[in-house]
Amino acid sequence: MAVVFKRPHALLDVPNTYCPGCTHGIIHRLVAECIDELGIEGRTVGVAPVGCAVMAYNFFGCDMIQAPHGRAPAIATGVKRSKPDDIVFAYQGDGDLAAIGTAETVHAATRGENITVIFVNNAIYGMTGGQMAPTSLPGQVTQTTPYGRDVSIAGYPIKVCEMLSTLEGTEYAERVTVDCVKNVNKAKKAIKKAFQNQLDGKGFNIVEVVSSCPTNWGLAPNDALEWLRNNMLAYYPLGVYKDKSAEKGAEK
Amino acid sequence: MKDMNALIAGFGGQGSLFMGKVIAYAGLIDGKEVSWLPSYGPEMRGGTANCSVCISDEPVCSPLVNSPNLLIAMNLPSFDKFIGAVVSGGTVIVDSTLVEKKSDRTDIDAYYIPATALAEENGLKGLANIVLIGKMLAVSGFSTIETLEKALGKVVPPKKQHLIAKNIDAIKLGMKA
Amino acid sequence: MAEKILMKGNEALAEAAIQAGCLRFFGYPITPQTELAAYMAKRMPKIGGTYLQAESEISAINMVQGAAAAGVRAMTSSSSPGISLKTEGISYMCGADLPALIINVQRGGPGLGGIQPSQSDYWQATKAPGHGDLHILVFAPSSVQEMADLVGHAFDTADKYRMPAMILADGMLGQMMEPVELKSGDNAAKQDKPWAACGHENKREHNIVNSLYLQANELEAKIKERFERYKIIEDNETMCDEYMMEDAEYVVVAYGASSRIARAAVREARRNGIKAGLIRPITLWPFPKKDIAAAAKNAKAFLCVEMSMGQMVDDVRLAIECSRPVSFFGHTGGIIPDPAEVLAEIEKLSGGAK
Repeated sequence: MAVVFKRPHALLDVPNTYCPGCTHGIIHRLVAECIDELGIEGRTVGVAPVGCAVMAYNFFGCDMIQAPHGRAPAIATGVKRSKPDDIVFAYQGDGDLAAIGTAETVHAATRGENITVIFVNNAIYGMTGGQMAPTSLPGQVTQTTPYGRDVSIAGYPIKVCEMLSTLEGTEYAERVTVDCVKNVNKAKKAIKKAFQNQLDGKGFNIVEVVSSCPTNWGLAPNDALEWLRNNMLAYYPLGVYKDKSAEKGAEK
Repeated sequence: MKDMNALIAGFGGQGSLFMGKVIAYAGLIDGKEVSWLPSYGPEMRGGTANCSVCISDEPVCSPLVNSPNLLIAMNLPSFDKFIGAVVSGGTVIVDSTLVEKKSDRTDIDAYYIPATALAEENGLKGLANIVLIGKMLAVSGFSTIETLEKALGKVVPPKKQHLIAKNIDAIKLGMKA
Repeated sequence: MAEKILMKGNEALAEAAIQAGCLRFFGYPITPQTELAAYMAKRMPKIGGTYLQAESEISAINMVQGAAAAGVRAMTSSSSPGISLKTEGISYMCGADLPALIINVQRGGPGLGGIQPSQSDYWQATKAPGHGDLHILVFAPSSVQEMADLVGHAFDTADKYRMPAMILADGMLGQMMEPVELKSGDNAAKQDKPWAACGHENKREHNIVNSLYLQANELEAKIKERFERYKIIEDNETMCDEYMMEDAEYVVVAYGASSRIARAAVREARRNGIKAGLIRPITLWPFPKKDIAAAAKNAKAFLCVEMSMGQMVDDVRLAIECSRPVSFFGHTGGIIPDPAEVLAEIEKLSGGAK
């Protein structure tokens, strides 16, 4: 019997720790599929964040390092500078990447650090139980914005891809989502490109995946995806924000 | 002298730290125990710069010279600040082109030589500090001119080694001053 | 024998690290350790190494952590306020059993404090270099030569026990020049690090470098295992130096820069007929408890000299179980004590000059 669907080798056969309906599982699978297809598992080192994906080190088959909160790009830098032939990726959430780790993110990008960052943006702190994230939408109700995010008090959400695309060292920044098959396929293409660019030594790559958090949004998985489409994508439009090599090619 | 605890002080840019390095290297080449400790921090920018140099037969304990037995003062603030700290019987060498004052202490040996003017008159502009090393050599006999030449070879950057001959001229000038 | 050259302590630390096979340096500028980073910036590109100026001390220590996790020798250097920022990474490295070298060229604190030499980070280095139940190796050199010598030893010991090591220096030692003889680079240990996360090459199970243990019993077991290692270290890796201790009745205990001042005072006290001696801890953790306790047999009194308000003095009292009076003398805020002041304290203890 022909095998038409199987677990990627780079994704270990262990139960994960994500809530039902969470999109982390899909994103993990896409990362693992890309590692398999590029044949790089043996030289890949992943860096897990603090947040829901903290135990990603148990789920990926490549070597893994667990980083302090927000420091994954710095850890990844240390690995990449020490082992330039390794393929290094950081897998981070919004609080990790865009709040406590903003400096590490911005500077890894501006240095053109030749790494791949998978940024899961679900507009909330999931692990700690639903507090406001740097990417929570204006008006969004969270445990720490019980009356809705008031921008006059809590400020505005950070648009990470837009911000990083202004930096010279950023090679590639694309925002994708995984709400439907079509978008999942697009997301995979983006993730694969973000790894291929690293293999080609091009610089800093980030793929922002707009994601859902049914548990902390208080919505059923399908309703959460609907909320994502109706609210998140309006504030965080999908698309390629930077593709330096393609832009250079177009100029020629 | 058995132990030399020198304090070399001037404005930043006068070469007091460089002088200290040459003196310390001379001690090292002569087989002595030595240390060199600079003042550091914001005062280096346009303010006073000084360094402590110890040369001894025994391992140097404190590299910080609070009570020098040899003071080289290259400007008035340094002279005023440190002249009282010199130990009784100690030696003071002053660049009298830049310091018009004289000490009224009678328990120290003070030498006032116009090092800056002498250097300029002899085509050795910028080497007043080395002229002062020459004077120091003459009055203390802490080393020899041969050793100092070797020390200069260590301290002067590779690209400026051709300037060593002028430095030797400056030392000789200072010895006669 | 290599020729002795004059080098600043900061530069000697840097060159010794290179000679010890450390080719990865991550730092952030701060006085008075600047020359160390500058030296690395100059040398590393010429020898195929990495000098990277991070955006913060936090980032720098985490870059070190990444490099250490990947199995290579890596280091960072800073001074007191910067070390406070590095404590996060130090704790994680302890929790993940990662070896690396951290240099603290101490300056006066707290807060921004000052930039002059100080020893006021003793407590931080030896008691709480990060959150959690942990220790790091702490070495306290007292000369430029010893700074150079301890770097390779610190790396080797850190690798051996899989834990971070710190060299606790200060602005005086960092800035001063002394003759130094550098050992050539053949001692760059090629440590086998089978635990490193550097790509499994499809030859083994994946390695995980991690400090998270959500099950309390697992975490306790992990920490207990680590503390058993700490015990072995205390038994085997303690270092201290003694000066005129044979028949010493008045024992001065001092480390690093202040031990040099204390040594001058002890020498002078002996000339004055006082039976003074000096114990100089070289490792601050593990602390040379046994050597200090042994000195209590002949001692009438102890004097601790530090460039702080008195931090190590508590460990001296504990080491001798308060069996003798222990007094303290020091300056803080960036002032280096004068040997005459320390001598006066010794004379006070002994009831005046003999």
